[in-house]
Amino acid sequence: MQIPSTILTLVLGMVLVIGGLWIGQTINFLPTEASLNALIYDQLFRVLFTIGAILFVGIVGLLVFSLIRFRRKNNYIGDGVAIEGNLPLEIFWTAVPAVVVLFVGLYSYDIYDRMGGIVPLAHDHVNETQEQKIWGGVGSRSIDSETVSNVLSIEVTAMQFAFLFHYPDGNITTGELHVPADRTITLRMESKDVIHAFWVPEFRLKQDIIPGQPTQLSFTATRPGRYPIVCAELCGPYHGSMRSAVVVEEPDAWQSWFSSNTKLT
Amino acid sequence: MTATIASRGTGPRPRLQPTGWLRYFSFSVDHKVIGLQYLVCGFVFYLVGGALAGAIRTELISPVADFMARDVYNQVLTLHGTVMIFLWIVPVVNGAFGNYLIPFYVGARDMAFPRLNAVAFWLIPPAGLLLVASYFITGAAQSGWTAYPPLSVTTPATGQIIWILSVLLLGGSSIFGGINFIATILKLRQPGLKLMQMPMYCWAMLGTSILVIASTPVLAGTLVLLSFDIVAHTGFFNPALGGNVVVYQHLFWFYSHPAVYIMVLPAFGLVSEILPVHARKPLFGYVTMVYSIMGIVVLGLIVWAHHMFTSGTPPWMRLFFTIATTFIAVPTGIKFFNWLATLWGGRISLNSAVLFSCGFIVNFVLGGITGVALAQVPFDIHVHDTYFVVAHFHYIVFGGSVFIIFASVYHWYPKFTGRMLNEDLGRFHCMLTFIGFNLCFGPQHWLGLNGMPRRVSEYDPQFTLINQISSVGALLMAISTLPFLWNVIQSAISGKIAGDNPWNALTPEWLTSSPPPVQNWAGETPLVEEPYGYGVPINAIDLSATSGRDLWRSGK
Repeated sequence: MQIPSTILTLVLGMVLVIGGLWIGQTINFLPTEASLNALIYDQLFRVLFTIGAILFVGIVGLLVFSLIRFRRKNNYIGDGVAIEGNLPLEIFWTAVPAVVVLFVGLYSYDIYDRMGGIVPLAHDHVNETQEQKIWGGVGSRSIDSETVSNVLSIEVTAMQFAFLFHYPDGNITTGELHVPADRTITLRMESKDVIHAFWVPEFRLKQDIIPGQPTQLSFTATRPGRYPIVCAELCGPYHGSMRSAVVVEEPDAWQSWFSSNTKLT
Repeated sequence: MTATIASRGTGPRPRLQPTGWLRYFSFSVDHKVIGLQYLVCGFVFYLVGGALAGAIRTELISPVADFMARDVYNQVLTLHGTVMIFLWIVPVVNGAFGNYLIPFYVGARDMAFPRLNAVAFWLIPPAGLLLVASYFITGAAQSGWTAYPPLSVTTPATGQIIWILSVLLLGGSSIFGGINFIATILKLRQPGLKLMQMPMYCWAMLGTSILVIASTPVLAGTLVLLSFDIVAHTGFFNPALGGNVVVYQHLFWFYSHPAVYIMVLPAFGLVSEILPVHARKPLFGYVTMVYSIMGIVVLGLIVWAHHMFTSGTPPWMRLFFTIATTFIAVPTGIKFFNWLATLWGGRISLNSAVLFSCGFIVNFVLGGITGVALAQVPFDIHVHDTYFVVAHFHYIVFGGSVFIIFASVYHWYPKFTGRMLNEDLGRFHCMLTFIGFNLCFGPQHWLGLNGMPRRVSEYDPQFTLINQISSVGALLMAISTLPFLWNVIQSAISGKIAGDNPWNALTPEWLTSSPPPVQNWAGETPLVEEPYGYGVPINAIDLSATSGRDLWRSGK
């Protein structure tokens, strides 16, 4: 019995979508999630990966099928069918990608909002007295919602080829970032020379550190551990070795580290 | 009287021009000679850029910086990027194929400004030599092909200044070329040839040239300001003197994002010429293809800030550029569906040109998907400036443009030389390139997601294995050029004689001899008509027609 092509197309489409969903949910290419931001980020990644897998498998499948099904046999001379266009079909494959990218755009807008990226950074919440304009990425929302007293504010100075972390509260300066878990951290970052970037892959966070233009980044670490801090902007010959670490500790452990390093002035 | 008129022709005067193969080494004004000069010169620089890529991948076999000095590594990566973009892809997809094909496609005997055309080409070899020589003189620029200040202002000045000069020359060449293409397409079209009847590559080159003319001068101006900062210690971009480094990024990406379309739009045009011929079908959806090119041109000019999502860009700007960038996927998607529909129901001959084109479709779809992902601010924040971006970018420009350059060489080589390339070697070349390419750049997506930044000569040892796999892929790609080089040289000497139209194609360059005479057609210019009229039923053909393609259609 001949299976009608519409039914076959429908079945193939469903298999494709289910397969894509399965790939998107099962395969994980990302490192450990160690911040609130990472949890939200990974949701977006899964959605993008699922849509991408469906599109890629679908288009490549169609291409390979065409190449096999419609290849020219050796003894065949002549042309294919003279079809120059099909308006409904073209409207269909303009509208469907438009809807898909609109969905992707709106969804990532929502994710970005949840990361706290939409709030304009008109002024610095931490150093109210300073009038200099602060630029930044994600995390402003979390500052607004938290009480300022609970925010741990750290100053980051980047230079060729190191990061320096200064805790104004305890007057501590370190080359390694120590933060407590489950508390909002705000980094106020300045560069001494060229552009650097502060990146913690496990936090899914990155912000350029720009000379002459301080930037700000907020995050909440969730999983105690030791994670790399990587400079992601070409900053000179030793760019590759400009690495540090962020140590996320339980609040108690962090408190004792903080107390033991605080300078009594 | 007739003789006088004939001698007033605008073409080159044969007496002053060398003939035979020597003319390819002369200051010829013949568009075909200039086109092949672009192609061969570009390929030489491809080998240079490839050798630099090989050096990069050799360094990255081990996680420590042990193969070359760290500043040399930065010079190598800067040269690699600059050579591949400005001396290989842009000159070849635009200059080489544009010059060779556009006059044929509009039914002209040469470009609108033949001498300007020669000037545009002859700016390239000195600019390229200057750039490469800077490495041997004082050391090349080492701030990446993006030359972000303040790094480009603080690294050794001589290399950086030579880099700027070289890019300015190449930008000038590009602008001259763009003006020439627009004038040729709009003004030298045969009477009666409507815009909507031109072969698709003309549209692609029209769109590309608009982008070139709109954006390249911005890059030139920016680089002049940057050179002032370096030489005269002005403070346009240098924050130590009150400058703003982010302004440079805006100006730089205003050119350099469209530059991606300057590299891929012509490739879109070329693949639109190749697929119908070998699938024996008309190009599907001509009108939507044209609109999608123009959609890409318009959108391509308003997406630059997506390279700056981590540069302290204000939130409203991030949203605008996210949406604009995401929407480029729609016209691009239309083109891919149309190519698939062109293949569907065809009589596809699986030769090297088609295999490379299909490799392009596979690679570009993946590059496009990661591109849409990168347009999303939250996604980009994690992977910006990592190997994920390196992988994405190479899927677009190597998997896209370079695959199409090879497809085009296999397709048009019979026209260039009058001889056929060896198909077995061609398929072997394609297979090796495809496997090597995916082995090299596929795993780099994982590297980027997991924490390897780009432009580093040393990295976390956990990434060693993946980097070694990537380097093996790069080695395969390097090896894959050998059968190609052998094929091109060997076939030029003793390849099978091609005849005028070995593919039985309908576009006008195949209506003349192979290789074509100096003025393109020996006698009258043939009428440029339906370039994709494949598969028209025999009874619809006027059997009294005498041109070769009508005879092919009628099956005689």
